Amino acid sequence: MIPELGHFALIFSAIVALLLGTLPLIGAHQGRPAWIALARPATDVFALLVTFSFLCLTWAFIANDFSVVYVAQHSNSLLPIEYRISAVWGGHEGSLLLWMLMMSWWALAVRLFSRQLPDVMLARVLGTLGLVCFGFLLFILFTSNPFERLLPGVAEGRDLNPLLQDPGLIIHPPLLYMGYVGFSVAYAFAIAALLSGKLDAAWARWSRPWTTAAWVFLTLGIAMGSWWAYYELGWGGWWFWDPVENASFMPWLIGTALMHSLAATEKRGSFKNWTVLLAISAFSLSLLGTFLVRSGVLTSVHAFATDPTRGIFILIFLVAVVGTSLALFAWRAPSVGLGGKFGLVSRESLLLTNNVLLVVSCATVLLGTLYPLLIDALGLGKISVGPPYFDAVFVPVMVPVLFLMGIAPFARWKEASLPEIQRAVRWALAAAAVVAIALPLIYGEWKTLTALGILLAGWILFTAGLNFFQRVSATRGERSLLASVFSQPASFAGMHLAHIGVAVFVVGVAMVSSYEEEKDVKMAPGETVEVSGYSFTFNGVQAVQGPNYQAAQGEFDLSMDGRFIRKLNPEKRNYFSSSMPMTEAAIDAGLWRDVYVSLGEPINPDQPEGEWAVRVYYKPFVDWIWGGCVIMSLGGLIAMFDRRYRNRRKTGGKQA
Amino acid sequence: MKPFFSSLLLVLGLISGPVFASATNEAALADDPVAEKRLQELSKELRCLVCQNETIAGSNAELAVDLRREIRGMIRDGRSDREILDFMVTRYGDFVLYRPPVKGITLLLWVGPLALLLIGIIAMRSYLKRRSSQVASASRPLSADEARRAEALLKEMNDK
Repeated sequence: MIPELGHFALIFSAIVALLLGTLPLIGAHQGRPAWIALARPATDVFALLVTFSFLCLTWAFIANDFSVVYVAQHSNSLLPIEYRISAVWGGHEGSLLLWMLMMSWWALAVRLFSRQLPDVMLARVLGTLGLVCFGFLLFILFTSNPFERLLPGVAEGRDLNPLLQDPGLIIHPPLLYMGYVGFSVAYAFAIAALLSGKLDAAWARWSRPWTTAAWVFLTLGIAMGSWWAYYELGWGGWWFWDPVENASFMPWLIGTALMHSLAATEKRGSFKNWTVLLAISAFSLSLLGTFLVRSGVLTSVHAFATDPTRGIFILIFLVAVVGTSLALFAWRAPSVGLGGKFGLVSRESLLLTNNVLLVVSCATVLLGTLYPLLIDALGLGKISVGPPYFDAVFVPVMVPVLFLMGIAPFARWKEASLPEIQRAVRWALAAAAVVAIALPLIYGEWKTLTALGILLAGWILFTAGLNFFQRVSATRGERSLLASVFSQPASFAGMHLAHIGVAVFVVGVAMVSSYEEEKDVKMAPGETVEVSGYSFTFNGVQAVQGPNYQAAQGEFDLSMDGRFIRKLNPEKRNYFSSSMPMTEAAIDAGLWRDVYVSLGEPINPDQPEGEWAVRVYYKPFVDWIWGGCVIMSLGGLIAMFDRRYRNRRKTGGKQA
Repeated sequence: MKPFFSSLLLVLGLISGPVFASATNEAALADDPVAEKRLQELSKELRCLVCQNETIAGSNAELAVDLRREIRGMIRDGRSDREILDFMVTRYGDFVLYRPPVKGITLLLWVGPLALLLIGIIAMRSYLKRRSSQVASASRPLSADEARRAEALLKEMNDK
C-alpha cells in the first residue's frame, strides 16, 4: 500500500511540476499576476509530494518490503538499518529519486531565501526548475520507476552491493547530487535572466550564493568519493580518472569557472554572455554525467545498444535542454551589453584567462573520457585512456591556473599595473622558492615536479596571506588588528581561504605522488616488513563474523624504532550475497603521513592461517588532499554568507 | 586492431598467463627496491583486463597478480620497460595500455588538448581585441542618471 502511495505522490508531483513549469512562465511573459503568484505555492506542494514519495520508498526498505522490485534487488533482511536506508539510493531508480528530492529542496530553498527577488523573476526561476523537474520525473516514471511491484513477492532480497556498504557511501551520493542538482539553480537563474532580457548585476548577484552553494556541495561530494575509494578499494590511490569520476569533475571545473566569471559580471558587468553560457554548460555537464553513468554506455557501448531506452531518454532530454537554452541564448545574446572597459592587465582579463584555462581543461577531460567510447562505437578497436594520459594532458594546463591564482587578487579591476603587482608579490615568490627547494631536500630525494608543485602551493599560500594582510592594514584605521581582520568582507576572506585550500590540496598531491612507498609482499605470521622506517609485524589472521558477511581479519603491530604505535586490523570480507571479496584497509592516519595496510589473498586458499599477500603503504601528506578540499568548501561557505547578498533584502523590495 | 583479434589474444593471454608464471624466488626479488619500483611504475601503466577499469597495480584479481609476477620475471631477465610493455601489447592489444600509443586513431586524442588550448587562447585574444574596439566606439558621456548609479556602485565597491 505505502509503495503505491509513493508512486501516486510521484505522479502528482509530475503534474504539479508541469503546472509550475508552464503557468508562472506564461504568466511572467504575459504579465498575469495570478499566474505568477502560483509559483510559490506550487513549489511548496511539489517539494512536499516528492519528499513524501521518497519517504515511502525509504519505508519500503526499512520494512523489508521485498514485493517491490527495487527493494528486492538492493536490500536484504540481514542488512543493518543504516545501510537499508542508504540502499534507497544504492541503485539506479532510487538514486534518481534522490536526485529529484534534492532538486525539489533546492527549489524550495530558492523560494524561501529569495524574498528579495522580484516576483516575476522568482516565477521564471521556479518555472524553469519546474520544467527540468518535469523532464526528470517523466524519466523516472516511464523508465526507472522505483515503486514497481514484484508479484508474487520474494521472501528475501538480493543485497546492497557490498562496495556500497560503507559509511562513506551513505553520504557521498547525497553530497554529490546536491552539487550536481545545485547547478540547476544557477541554470534556472540564467534562463530566467535570458527570458526577461535583463542580464544585469542584480542577476549575477542573485546567482552567486547559489552557484557557490552548489560548488561547495560538489567539492565535498567529490572529495568524499575520493576518500572512500582510497580506504575502501584497497589500492592506495585517491583518483583514477575513471569516467564516473570525470563525470563529476567536469561540472566542478565549469562550476569553478562560473563562480569566477560571475564575480566579474557582478562587479563590472563583464562577460555576461560568457557567464550565461557557463551556467548552461555546468548544468548540461551534470546531465551528461548522468547520461554517462546511468545509460550503461560506460561499461560497454554494446550494453547500451541492447537496452537503450534509458540512455536515449536522457540523451533526448539533454539535447532538449541544451538546444532550447542555446536557442534562447542566441536570441538574447546580441542585445546584451558589453560591460565596462578593461585593460589587458586587469582583474577582468585575469579572470577571463582563468576561465579559458578551466574550460580547456574540462574539454580535455571530456575528450579523454569520450574518446575510447567513440573509437569503440565506430568499430575502430578498443583503447584505454587512463591516469597516465590524463596526468600528462591535465597538469600542464593547471600550472598557469595555479600561478594566476597568486596574482589575480592583487590586480585591480579595470586596469592593473604589472610593475606594481610584481613589487607586491616578489617576496611571496622568494619565500615559495625557498620552501620548494627545502622540502624535497628534507625528504632526501630531489624531484623536479614535486618542487614545482610545492613552489605553486607556497606561492598561492604566501600571496593569499600577503594580500589579506595588505588589505587588513589598509582598512585598519584606528581599530585593533584583530578587529580589522574580522571586519573584512566574508567573500574576500572566503576567496582566500578557498585558494589556500587549493594550495593544501596541491601539497598533498605533490608529496604523495613522489614520496609514497609501497610494498607488496608475502607474509607468514610472525614476519615483519619495513616501509619508510615503520615496521609491520604480522600476527596472523582470524575469522570474524559480521551481520551479513564473514571476514578474515588480520592483525598487525605497527611500530617505529622498536616503539609500539598501535595495532592495525585490515579485513577481507566475503559478503553472503556476493562472490567478490571486499577489502577493508586499516589506516593509521596522521597530519604528516598515513600508513596503510591491506590484505590481499591467502597464498594457499586452503590455509588462511598461513601466508598472505599483503600490501603496505607509507603515504606522506595524503590527508592534505581531502583536507584541502574541505578548506576549499569552507571558503565557499564563508563567501556565501557575505553581507551584501543579504542586504539586498532592504533595497530589493523597491524593485518588486 | 580488430575486436575479434584482440579478444582472441585476451583469451590466449588468460590461458597462458598462469602457465608462464613461475613461483620462483619472489621474496628475494621483492627485496630488490629498484626492481620493485620499476614493477610498480610499469603496473600502473597496464590495465587489468578482467577488472572494471583498474590497473594491474591496484587489482588483486588473479590475472593482475600473475601479470605482476611475470613482469617481475622479465625485469629479472634484464628486459627493458619498453620491451615489457611491447610484450604486453602483442599479447593483449593496445587495450592493455592506459597511456594509449600515438598512432592514427589516437592522433586526435593526443593532439586535441594542445589544439583546444590554442583555440582557447586565440579565441580570447580576438575577443579582447574586438571588445576593446567595440567599447571604444560605444563609449559616450554618461547621462545624469547613469552617473548617479555609477557613483553608487563605486561607493558600494569601495565599502567592501
